Amino acid sequence: MGSGPVVYIFILMALVSITSAIMMLRSHNAIHSALWLVLNFSAIAVLYVVLNAPFIAMVQITVYAGAIMVLFLFVIMLLGAEQLQGLTGARGGERYHKFVAFVLVALLLVGFVILLTKGGVGSGGETAVVDSSPVALGLRLFEGYVLPFEVTGVLLLAAIIGVAVFSRSKKKKKA
Amino acid sequence: MELTINWYIALSAVLFSLGALGVLTRRNAIIVFMSIEMMLNAANLAFVAFARQLGDLDGQVLVFFVITVAAAEVAVGLALIVTIFRSKKSINIDEINLMKG
Repeated sequence: MGSGPVVYIFILMALVSITSAIMMLRSHNAIHSALWLVLNFSAIAVLYVVLNAPFIAMVQITVYAGAIMVLFLFVIMLLGAEQLQGLTGARGGERYHKFVAFVLVALLLVGFVILLTKGGVGSGGETAVVDSSPVALGLRLFEGYVLPFEVTGVLLLAAIIGVAVFSRSKKKKKA
Repeated sequence: MELTINWYIALSAVLFSLGALGVLTRRNAIIVFMSIEMMLNAANLAFVAFARQLGDLDGQVLVFFVITVAAAEVAVGLALIVTIFRSKKSINIDEINLMKG
């Protein structure tokens, strides 16, 4: 079960995710770091499909690589903080980054094609595949985890109120 | 070659270590935040891998909670960073060493 094309998918995605993580740490521009992180999340989303979690893969793409990273990019551009850096290093050594990015995205696409043609949902494990459709996940969530679900709602409310307080106190200071 | 769960756990450990490395070495607060996201993501990968191995959906349900908490954390954290930047004109975490604004 855990052999054949899925091994190649794993190796490709491990390569893409580790390299993009290293590039994220190395790049001096915060926007570049954010884009490398998007690539990292995409590679891991492919692994989720292989691991019989297609719905989580979609959530990963939309919530993580989509919403959260857009928030990051928005804040970076709002602050104009893309050039602020801590690790002082010689600039100009980033010319190879474009090349690495092309190669990694190509590898990601190759992995995606293998996944679509030869791999399959849940082909990356040794045990039997269980039903992991959104229906099954939702049933498990609301049958066994109702209290954590409610607590998560309270947490989100607290986060909303916290953010609102942060942005409100500043306006008061200015006025 | 047989793809076992060990490979996924190893990849998860590597990504987590890289995230920890980023938290410890980078001084830009936003990049520190991104490294934290990467560590959470590595934990998610381990969750999903174990869920696959055990044939159980509980691991996948936990990933949802992790993603929700991560989203809330990012919203609050970035609002904090914006506030700090407005008052100190810097997001270098070495310069943020006072509780007083």
